[in-house]
Amino acid sequence: MIRDKSAFSLFFDSFNYVFLTGFAILCLLPLAHILAVSLSGRAPATGGFVSFWPIDFTLENYEEVMGSPTFVRSFLISVARVLSGTSLNIVLIILTAYPLSKTPRVFKGRTIFIWFFVFAMLFDGGLIPSFLVVRSLGLLNTLGSLILPNAVPIFSVILMMNFFRDVPKELEESALIDGASHWKVLWYIYIPLSLPAIATLTLFAAVNHWNAWFDGLIYMTDNANYPMQTFLRTVVVEYDLTNVGIDPRDLQRLSDRAIRGAQIIVATVPILVVYPFLQRYFISGIKLGAVKE
Amino acid sequence: MPFKQYMKRAWPLYVMIVPGIVFVLLFRYYPMYGVVIAFQDFSPAKGFANSPWIGWENFEFLFSLPEFGRIFGNTLIIAVSKIVLDQIGAIILAILLNEARHILFRRSIQTMIYLPHFLSWIVLGGILLDILSVGGILNQALKQFGIQPQLFLGSNDWFRGTVIMSGFWKSVGFSTIVYLAALTAINPVLHEAAAIDGAGRFRRIWHITLPGIRPTIVLLAALSLGDVLQAGFEQILTLYSPAVYRTGDIIDTYVYRVGLISAQYSLAGAVGLFKSIIGFFLIVLSYWLADRFAGYRIL
Repeated sequence: MIRDKSAFSLFFDSFNYVFLTGFAILCLLPLAHILAVSLSGRAPATGGFVSFWPIDFTLENYEEVMGSPTFVRSFLISVARVLSGTSLNIVLIILTAYPLSKTPRVFKGRTIFIWFFVFAMLFDGGLIPSFLVVRSLGLLNTLGSLILPNAVPIFSVILMMNFFRDVPKELEESALIDGASHWKVLWYIYIPLSLPAIATLTLFAAVNHWNAWFDGLIYMTDNANYPMQTFLRTVVVEYDLTNVGIDPRDLQRLSDRAIRGAQIIVATVPILVVYPFLQRYFISGIKLGAVKE
Repeated sequence: MPFKQYMKRAWPLYVMIVPGIVFVLLFRYYPMYGVVIAFQDFSPAKGFANSPWIGWENFEFLFSLPEFGRIFGNTLIIAVSKIVLDQIGAIILAILLNEARHILFRRSIQTMIYLPHFLSWIVLGGILLDILSVGGILNQALKQFGIQPQLFLGSNDWFRGTVIMSGFWKSVGFSTIVYLAALTAINPVLHEAAAIDGAGRFRRIWHITLPGIRPTIVLLAALSLGDVLQAGFEQILTLYSPAVYRTGDIIDTYVYRVGLISAQYSLAGAVGLFKSIIGFFLIVLSYWLADRFAGYRIL
């Protein structure tokens, strides 16, 4: 540890602390403003009098949001999506990564399989063909359209595979000699030893599902099926009151500025809840993606 | 080893990989086959297999459109500006964070600046549309300084700048992670030795810290090449409006409007294929460069 007590060094330190504090506050200021608006009375909010502290403090806007059948339905669709989509992702990531983590001697054809997945990651068929495929499979307006197309996140498979490769081979070899099958080796050796990596990928998959909205926009032609972020778009971005399947009066009510703020905050809260866990894990998650010899 | 004996042990591996292959075939490879619509007069009733072939007609039409140069230019300008700003900002922030020795302070700052990365463009877009509106808090603040209200999202003078800066807001904090990891790998003995030899703060940053993260900078510069056509589809779709198509319409938003709003599948498919092919070569090139100059491999 260096103790540099020169005047310049002390000046540098103070400048650094002030600059970083200012920058960090600037990052959160917009969110703080919306939070203040969402907790304010509707008149001061609409009139633009609220800055970073609520005026006429009230929870009415949140009551209004949680009392709206349209909003609650979209919220529940999102919850269903996160639960089913994330589980599907994790099961498929583990099942796909395990064979790919073997050497071509243990898993013949590994080289072909790995290129099959890598090429699928690098070349994108594009939006229109993907949409036409989902439609031709009859998935429009089903939960399947939101969770099946990205059921195998290939980059996560590669991260998981690299993690599996670091599991000491001796454990596996002795288990196999004792007659254990690959199912048992995966379940009793690999999964318990990879829990931090699995936790990281689970959190990231869940955040992605919660935040996704574009697929909902194109695959849900009946707007009553919108997941929450997609529904939020019609309220806070589009102001489109002619949506099919949504009660226009309900939408009109939800478009009030303070209530819009409340909806933005409600969409943010689940992220804030998992955020401490995310932060604990994502450093190790990033390490997973680092250099492989 | 005889085949039968091999399979006795290895068959579960093949069972495990089947579901992944089925999903990827269906939702990645089948759409790749679907790019044939770019060479067809596609109609949904006839499908990929039976729509009439028309050769390069869609591409000839596409290249003759005045919008084509515009969306291609906008995409490049926005994407490249974002990459450059984000990387430079991340390097500076990471070095400053690294210089702040107080561990709790550092953690708090990191917690605050990473957060926007985890919020969707609907949430961030909803916030931006509110604070950047004519009556929004930013224009109110500017009024205090006697500045007229600005249309940050509705005017062609501002739109790109707003997109680039709000992209910076979302991504820069998280981009510091890779650099911070590289910084912790620098041996502190180097800093101590330099300090004993009388090197000040700036000299140590310049001669020890920066060279220490040079491989990481090279690596990310190489990898970012794969992103020069990724201007931020979800962000722009959330923030733009017809008034700013001239400066803000990008390839992806164009494909979305032409293909899914106007249902001109073949034309949109041609634009999409054009982007996919260039994007594919850029990614392959970026991975090759990353391997060549920074020894980075994903496999």
